[in-house]
Amino acid sequence: MSATTLAAAIALGLVAGVVAGMFGVGGGILFVPTLVLLGLDQLEAEATSLAAILPTVLAGTWRQQAYGNVRWRPALVIGAVSVLGVQAGALIAVSLPEVTLRRLFAALILLVAVQLAWRARSG
Amino acid sequence: MRLVLIGLVTGFVSALFGVGGGIVVVPLLVVLCGYLPHPATATSLAAIGLTALAGTITYAVHGEVDPALAALVGLPAAAGATVGIALQQRLQGRTLSYGFALFLVVVAISLLV
Repeated sequence: MSATTLAAAIALGLVAGVVAGMFGVGGGILFVPTLVLLGLDQLEAEATSLAAILPTVLAGTWRQQAYGNVRWRPALVIGAVSVLGVQAGALIAVSLPEVTLRRLFAALILLVAVQLAWRARSG
Repeated sequence: MRLVLIGLVTGFVSALFGVGGGIVVVPLLVVLCGYLPHPATATSLAAIGLTALAGTITYAVHGEVDPALAALVGLPAAAGATVGIALQQRLQGRTLSYGFALFLVVVAISLLV
């Protein structure tokens, strides 16, 4: 990994974190394009994004737990069941052509953009 | 039963798109289970920890995870998110949200071309 990539990764990660925190969106939606920009293909970017999410989620949960906002039982049920959904999603993601996966992801962020604009309008 | 449904959808979206799944969990907890936004966000975060971990392991088995880049992007992001959350309390503006929405549209277009 070159020094430029190293510096870019750190800078982009920092910015993605700030933006994610500001708008209450998960980091993933920003990590994936960031990682594509850094040279990963779509599937690698998605896989790596999931790993990159972990520190943010841990820190976030720890803070929210301190405020008493976390409802653990439902969280554990959703989290445990989601493992099954993960298998299905990953199976599809690895079998889809790169271009299709990238287009689907683009559609997802367009949806999030619409949701954000709608929230801003009604909020 | 509702929680099971939410879990299945979350895992699917998370693994397919490489996102945590908060965009799915938070609205579903609010709409299906009557959660207020704050507990919904907090509960979603805790659930996503397991979802993202499962996704990471599954993709790591396929050899798709780049651990060095994940750490290089993920660790500064965790620090950045703390700053972002603090900023959120001060900078709540419609213009800002529209600006971010527009930015996402640009990212989507750049991925498509």
